[in-house]
Amino acid sequence: MSNVLVVLEFSDGTLKSSCLPGITCAKQIADANGGELHFLVLAADPAASAEAVASAGFGASTVHTMANPAFEPFTAEAWADGIVAAVRATNAAVVGGTASSSLRDALPRAAALLDAALTSEVTAVGAEAVLTRPISAGRALLDQASSGAVSFFTARGSEFPPAEAGGAAAAVAALPPADASTRGVTVVDVQKTQSSRPALSEAEVVVSGGRGMREGENFKMLEELTDLLGGALGASRAATDAGMVPADLQVGQTGKIVAPDLYIAVAISGAIQHLAGMKGSKTIVAVNKDEEAPIFQVADYGLVGKWEDELPKILELVKAAKAG
Amino acid sequence: MKILVTVKRIPDPDESLKFADGGVDYSSSKWVPNAFDEYAVETALRLAEVAGSKDRLAEVIVMSVCPQGQRQHVTQFLAMGAERGVVVDADDSTLDSIAISKLIAEVARREEVDLVVAGKLSQDNEGNQIPQRVGGLLNWPQACFAAEVRRDKDAKELTVSREVDDGVEIKKIPLPAVLSVDLRVVLPTSVSNGVTAADHRYQEGARLASLRGITMAKRKKVQIFTPDDLGVQNSGSETTRAINPPPARPSGQMVASAEELVEKLKTEAKVL
Repeated sequence: MSNVLVVLEFSDGTLKSSCLPGITCAKQIADANGGELHFLVLAADPAASAEAVASAGFGASTVHTMANPAFEPFTAEAWADGIVAAVRATNAAVVGGTASSSLRDALPRAAALLDAALTSEVTAVGAEAVLTRPISAGRALLDQASSGAVSFFTARGSEFPPAEAGGAAAAVAALPPADASTRGVTVVDVQKTQSSRPALSEAEVVVSGGRGMREGENFKMLEELTDLLGGALGASRAATDAGMVPADLQVGQTGKIVAPDLYIAVAISGAIQHLAGMKGSKTIVAVNKDEEAPIFQVADYGLVGKWEDELPKILELVKAAKAG
Repeated sequence: MKILVTVKRIPDPDESLKFADGGVDYSSSKWVPNAFDEYAVETALRLAEVAGSKDRLAEVIVMSVCPQGQRQHVTQFLAMGAERGVVVDADDSTLDSIAISKLIAEVARREEVDLVVAGKLSQDNEGNQIPQRVGGLLNWPQACFAAEVRRDKDAKELTVSREVDDGVEIKKIPLPAVLSVDLRVVLPTSVSNGVTAADHRYQEGARLASLRGITMAKRKKVQIFTPDDLGVQNSGSETTRAINPPPARPSGQMVASAEELVEKLKTEAKVL
């Protein structure tokens, strides 16, 4: 038995769409290992969420639930306890999910409690379940094999297609209750970013601005292009550090990793750390006044020019193209 | 209060990588401190010091796992203002995350520290797991990806703003605890300790060592352990099979005008 257990996350009882690439990665590992796909739902009252996921199938054989009020709101402390108890009860050989901020927080803690290896930000699953992950800001790919009774992974969301509902319904099985403690922490508040636009990591189009935009006011033109394309707004670290736009718009090694169908980089020079966050995009467009800017090395289409001159033209042309 | 900060040296992230024999050849690399560890030391110093006075609210100890002859980064952090160092003498490239975490947890136990501060990841390995593991091994609470850290005067807890996928989470953690810091923790007012004036603004980024700091650093104590001293063996459960360059992106094209760009996006890339 080398079953793969995926830790799922819910928002108001609905499976978060960010979990779907992690399920795909887990399925690939299960297929490579000859094991089954299992899900884990941790909540105060997980029954309804688990039933919904079980009926959607996703290729899983069992949805395990563990009920404990300590699981809400999310804390790495209580979730790691729950994950450890679930691994022991289900004999899972591999445990993981999408590399969300929650799972990046809780899974390494759980791995330590089980003396298990963890492979972070997996981008590909190879033969014998050797996992590939980027290192050094994506300038190299490391193939890692893990041994031991159990091993952990997090999957980079932009590198696996979302799992699709379908197939036979999974069984729902309640795990015996286990101790889970928040270790005295309190989650005081979660200040959610309010935006009418799609989430950066899920948008099909991302329009990003960099240092060359000079001030926040100038992002208005980028926002107009973003909305015209139905995309999400991003920024380089230089732009967020300068306070032009909020920090959570940062794309890069230390910000969000995105891989949209279309990525438009305006006035971004293309530091290694920025490229690490967007070079998986299908089509990359760069507009920069400096023809030597490194961003042009990864761009499919490069336009040398000042944004002040080119953006208004691009806006009008895109408007016309959309209308046509 | 005692604060342990974990630090690491990494090959200069601005140098290009030399691939050789299914791995990366770092033999001629320039080694520099991991940037997130500079932020971790800066965070610890801001928690420890009373700006404008010589008073200290905490002792700051920097710890690194590295060959003891190659600890310039430790000296550098002592020059920034940490009081003393702990070096675990080992070739860290041969130790896995499980072993490194156990070494850190063991030093934290022996030193009876109140807080472990770490960078959220190392720019070379990008594992993003050591602080969380240390939290688990010590059975302490953890606050990861911190952008702001607040401590009230003499408080036995920290209030931490953490950068999460959909915004910012504010988490209160009782001490002893483990903290991992993100880059915005070094903005001028991101850290407060309840004693330094509330309107005090620090420099942006980690501080540079002063000349006096550099002179003092040479006299500061650095304790050397081996992994054996700390009762830790390599786990052997993580194996690197190969390190390869990523597939190159097919080279793109330069376009002459906005008209040509939008036309190609429409008819060639078909993304409009």
